[in-house]
Amino acid sequence: MMSDTSGRSQKTYMLNMGPAHPAMHGVVRLVLELQGEKIIDVDAEIGYLHRAFEKHAENETWNNVVPWTDRLNYVSPLINNVGYAMAVERLAGIEVPERGQYIRVIASEISRVTDHLTCVGASAMELGAFTVFLYMIKAREYLYQLVDNLTGARVTTSFTRVGGVKGDLPADFAEKFRAIAKEVRTAVAESGQLLTRNRIFMDRMEGTGILSSADAIAYGITGPFLRSTGVSYDVRRSHPYAVYGKLDFEIPVGSTGDNYDRYLCRMAEIEQSLRLVEQCLEQIPEGKHSLEPKEIKHAYEIQDAGKFGDTALLAKYAAKVDQTLEGMSKDDQPNTRVLDRTITLPSKESTYSNIEGLMNHFELVMWSWGVKIPPSQTYFAVEGGNGELGFHLVSDGGDGPYRVRCRPPCLFPMAALKKLLVGGQIADVIPTFGSVNMIAGELDR
Amino acid sequence: MTFAISMNDALFTTAKVLFAVVGVGLNIAGFLGWVERKQSAVMQDRIGANRASIFGIKILGLFHPIADAIKMLTKEDFVPKGAHKTLHGLAPVLSLGCAMFCLAALPYGGVIQFAGRSWDLQPIALPMGVPFVLAALAFGVHGIVMAGYASGSNYGLLGALRGASQMIAYEVCLASSLAGLLFIYGTLDFSEAVRWQALHGVWGIVVQPLAFILFLTAGAAVTKRAPFDLPEGESEIVGYHVEYSGMKFGMFLMTDFFESIVICGVITALFLGGWTIPGLDLPSMGLLGGALMVASFIGKMMFLLFLLMQLRWTLPRFRFDQLLDLGWKNLLPLALLNFLATAWVVYLWR
Repeated sequence: MMSDTSGRSQKTYMLNMGPAHPAMHGVVRLVLELQGEKIIDVDAEIGYLHRAFEKHAENETWNNVVPWTDRLNYVSPLINNVGYAMAVERLAGIEVPERGQYIRVIASEISRVTDHLTCVGASAMELGAFTVFLYMIKAREYLYQLVDNLTGARVTTSFTRVGGVKGDLPADFAEKFRAIAKEVRTAVAESGQLLTRNRIFMDRMEGTGILSSADAIAYGITGPFLRSTGVSYDVRRSHPYAVYGKLDFEIPVGSTGDNYDRYLCRMAEIEQSLRLVEQCLEQIPEGKHSLEPKEIKHAYEIQDAGKFGDTALLAKYAAKVDQTLEGMSKDDQPNTRVLDRTITLPSKESTYSNIEGLMNHFELVMWSWGVKIPPSQTYFAVEGGNGELGFHLVSDGGDGPYRVRCRPPCLFPMAALKKLLVGGQIADVIPTFGSVNMIAGELDR
Repeated sequence: MTFAISMNDALFTTAKVLFAVVGVGLNIAGFLGWVERKQSAVMQDRIGANRASIFGIKILGLFHPIADAIKMLTKEDFVPKGAHKTLHGLAPVLSLGCAMFCLAALPYGGVIQFAGRSWDLQPIALPMGVPFVLAALAFGVHGIVMAGYASGSNYGLLGALRGASQMIAYEVCLASSLAGLLFIYGTLDFSEAVRWQALHGVWGIVVQPLAFILFLTAGAAVTKRAPFDLPEGESEIVGYHVEYSGMKFGMFLMTDFFESIVICGVITALFLGGWTIPGLDLPSMGLLGGALMVASFIGKMMFLLFLLMQLRWTLPRFRFDQLLDLGWKNLLPLALLNFLATAWVVYLWR
């Protein structure tokens, strides 16, 4: 019960929205307190898709965590792959060859486009513009095919390895991308024509779900949501990683911080991401895409070769000294393995076709045999589809993370949901919640 | 002799009503289900429903409405625990029944001469046809309110309340946008209105273009189809029929189609010349004229239905307050102004 200005008491009632509700994606529950159609109070209940990603990661080796990152933001899994791999690389103090970095940027930006297409398309569908949704999903489908072509999977990409990527760009990748970019641009333009100046759409989006830039910062919101309030913060620009420093792109910002601005920001970012991929494909250098191990020979082989005057071998190969039957025991070289050897998994072709590759693979994936990173911790963030996707990794010197903490970008707007929704109407839940782009995979981890 | 004729008339009227409700109503409603799927598919670069087949014959998925009907009839008829059983069952019947009534009052054709006597092709020729149809459409909202109330669910109740206030807002516009036109026609009878258009050789849309737009908009709102599908609003509140399943749900679905057909039929009769075809004197052409009349009327109606579908798949949904603003603050004043202006013009003309 609550009373209005005239002192009469007016009954409010509770409406349980979700988790079985079309707009809640089946994974979040909003308990609304309503007065007629007006929202008096909101309580968001999250955690329906908790998979214990962070705890799970503690029981994996460094490389084996990558597939679990696919499941974080499952509309842009490649960004998660890249973010995690780069965090581990920073911890290990290694740097991926430039070609690998370009490939990672290409993959990330394609994923960003799929993320934004899904977010805008799904919000439009929930507002009743079903046609826009299908246009955008069609464009996303082309991009998924491209991702499939690159990684071998549409969603569960697991593309990055610590120290590189799974493989090089396919031969005809650039041509395919150009054709697909054209399709994406057409779909975005068509959808824009249907929405951007559409009176009904503007009425629904403008002035709803407003958040001030101060509030957005206070809540820790990043990404398109923060940029729509006029704050030009983008991890790619503020803390350039990979090759973003060499690329030319704009950061679209809004002014009012309402749903319409968020929509415009996302639409503009799609174009910027496509531009970034085009630049990468022009600039990408030849060379290795991943760190490769120095081929390791036994000391006696090198010694024998030296006896025959082949001293070049001494410089070319790392010597492997067997002191025990165990091979390189961790007692001898506990903390130096990262620097001496690569931690990159050998390519699958190598693993399956020759004994060296197989051994290398097993040495890396076997429990307590893998690469060890000196005890240290780091925080590394990339710009995900929703904002700053950060990984805080702690190593205790073991072959896997001691602790992984993921900073999911969509958690923070979810926290601000009460501020965004209270005072509005039930119908406003739809565009506002849509523009939060809640992806339960990363929200609940 | 008198008996025989009246018997004949009774049979003929029954046949006409059956034609209107079953032939036109059910068939077109089923057909519209297919059109909606296929048209949206074409608009959205999809193939659309094409799997339902009878002995391997698919004809572009035209059997899907039949498959739908079978599915809905064989599904469990679920009534939730908190629901009011009687009202829960009555609501879809009331809703669909009201829409069905209207179909019988539409002028599918005029009077033709055949076999030595005249036949009126309008199933039920009412001198008060227009208000009857509007009243029956408005009465249909009772079904929605009943459904929402009887479901015992907050979502259903919200949908019902939305439906009621939307219906009140737009029924007023609907009627007042027609006022000017009916003033000019000088009748409330559909047949008379069509005859007026045939006599003057001009369609209502030319006489009252503003009223046409207003009526089309308000009509789309009354049929509760997107962008005015707020009582349903499937991604917001799911709607007044959230607790319905099986054929009861199907009846609500069909109500929307029926109401669309009725609104398009009214527009055809009052704005698009009804059964007339410019340049042809259909009433003097006997049986062929009769067939052409019905074909012309249904053809025009189908065109309008396609138009409404196009709107449905193009526009997003309104918000509730915006919808009411549009109805009360924009459409209604325009409709009243239109009526007043028409009244003055007609007054000065005479």
